[in-house]
Amino acid sequence: MADDKANAAAYWKANLRLITGCLIVWALVSYGCAILFRPLLAGIPVGGTDLGFWFAQQGSILTFIVLIFFYAWKMNRLDKQFGLGE
Amino acid sequence: MSQFVINVLFVGASFAIYIGIAIWAKAGSTKDFYVAGGGIHPITNGMAIGADWMSAASFISMAGLIAAGGYANSTFLMGWTGGYVLLALLLAPYLRKFGKFTVPEFIGDRFYSRTARMVAVVCLIVASVTYVIGQMAGAGVAFSRFLEVDATTGLIIAAIVVFFYSVLGGMKGITYTQVAQYIVLIIAYTIPAVFISLELTGNPIPALGLFSDHTASGQPLLAKLNEVVVALGFNEYTAMVDNKLNMVLFTLSLMIGTAGLPHVIIRFFTVPKVADARWSAGWALVFIGLLYLTAPAVASMARLNLATTIYPDMAGQVENYEEAATNPIAYANRPEWIRTWEETGLITFEDKNNDGNIQMYNGSADFSERGWEGNELQVNNDILVLANPEIANLPSWVIGLIAAGGLAAALSTAAGLLLAISSAISHDLIKGAVNPNITEKGELLAARISMSVAIVVATYLGANPPGFAAQVVALAFGIAAASLFPVLMMGIFSKRVNNKGAIAGMLSGLIFTLVYIFVYKGWFFIPGTNNLADTAANWVLGISPLSIGAVGAIVNFAVAFAVSSATDEPPQEIQDLVESVRYPKGAGIATGH
Repeated sequence: MADDKANAAAYWKANLRLITGCLIVWALVSYGCAILFRPLLAGIPVGGTDLGFWFAQQGSILTFIVLIFFYAWKMNRLDKQFGLGE
Repeated sequence: MSQFVINVLFVGASFAIYIGIAIWAKAGSTKDFYVAGGGIHPITNGMAIGADWMSAASFISMAGLIAAGGYANSTFLMGWTGGYVLLALLLAPYLRKFGKFTVPEFIGDRFYSRTARMVAVVCLIVASVTYVIGQMAGAGVAFSRFLEVDATTGLIIAAIVVFFYSVLGGMKGITYTQVAQYIVLIIAYTIPAVFISLELTGNPIPALGLFSDHTASGQPLLAKLNEVVVALGFNEYTAMVDNKLNMVLFTLSLMIGTAGLPHVIIRFFTVPKVADARWSAGWALVFIGLLYLTAPAVASMARLNLATTIYPDMAGQVENYEEAATNPIAYANRPEWIRTWEETGLITFEDKNNDGNIQMYNGSADFSERGWEGNELQVNNDILVLANPEIANLPSWVIGLIAAGGLAAALSTAAGLLLAISSAISHDLIKGAVNPNITEKGELLAARISMSVAIVVATYLGANPPGFAAQVVALAFGIAAASLFPVLMMGIFSKRVNNKGAIAGMLSGLIFTLVYIFVYKGWFFIPGTNNLADTAANWVLGISPLSIGAVGAIVNFAVAFAVSSATDEPPQEIQDLVESVRYPKGAGIATGH
């Protein structure tokens, strides 16, 4: 029983770490690259404008899609690894 | 064949498909009605979520807003997609594991409080009803434009169609009709965009065309657009935004609101497994992304096409933009699409300097040296996507397709919202509080009755909108962001937040947000009752009422934690429940001690 609890706690901790990592990327591409740091990225030209503009209208959305699939894939592995899948 | 006949054919054929599917999939049990028997594949579910999510606002309005605001309105693109990351990581898999039908049911069980459940029902109904009014109004306008009937008739046709497939079909009907609607709306959105992108840049993929060279001038498209709009007195299309705090908060409000809107969350109850809930969110964002990656291209290309239609000298290689911008077309020579839209009142022309030409420019810029006395052509942002194929001279079947797509977007979202409302009333309010002994048949009947009532209310308010549109959408997102999302998240990630904390959090987030909006927009949106003018100078710290939902969510979190830590911790069985929700196969662990 204690093993089960420790196992479950380790699973949850791994999940939280994964969520934190993903949310950092999530915030970085949208609030970071597309808004707050756009002036810093102004020197990198992309098709008539700068990288920040590309992140605001394309890059952030593409990153969001990749993030969700990455998370789903990692979690499936965690589910199996800890024996907590369905 | 006239345009009218073509529109009727496209709209009629698409509707025949939706209604056919609804009848074929007629729901049998309550579980079928709410969550389609839990047997929906993640890709299918992702498509249905896509149609559910992309409303008239995404399909019809958004590109127009981006065209008008340029970079500053990228907030809509990021906000309405970034919420899915929050859903997939923070809510969907756990709510699926919890395995109940509705959002208030989770809140009621997790916070072991009927009051919490009822507060959640109120938040859900207010958010969903405000949102659905906009959808019905949008569907009504689209019907009236394309079927050439008056606005009220259009709205009534919309209401009848919504009634058929949501009331008779329930969730299963909606899931498959929404898959059909997704296919119709994405084809309708992308085909004209591909044509226009080819025409302007030679690149068939609009999202790439946006960053390619403009064929006629050899300049990058966005650089060309910047020069054109600056010559007409506007800011550069790609200009930076000074008020970054407000831009961040607005994006955050839309993201949190997306993750907190019950009609989207409810979708994740329909997948067979917890893992599938995660995949569903990913697939949903793929299907939504197809439209959202195309929308910014549609926006900038339509803005450029509109400007060069009025000022043909600016179309190709231009030596001097200032000079090219002084030579607009004559009103008598205006293209056919301006004539048709003038009849709807959504484009208006007033020859302020009586020279017979159309001066279209930033009305607050001073161009008196050109002999201009004000902007003469008012173009409603909302018509941009609908008029886009006409502006680009595309064949008439493309216009018929756009008509069918716009209606699919408006109706699918309306139906999803109605389902969320009816299940909150029949399942949470009636079965959960008023009459727990209601039979399954009685519950299903109550769901259908409340759905019908919601349609009547939404149709009535859609026919007599109290003069608000963007405000309503902002309010719906603000409410969802400030009230539902934080308690859902805390219910999963904290064992310490208790019943009192959740209720206090929801109420304070909700009231804080509503009050801030009402102070600027008028109490209950009644015009003239606002305490302060809705201008940037009056906003607290430069935060617009549209962005306040994010602050409301922070208030909700803070209050819930403060109240919870001052009161008793939740009972052991609730802590076990939280524990079990966290693991896909958790039941054994939760009951094991």
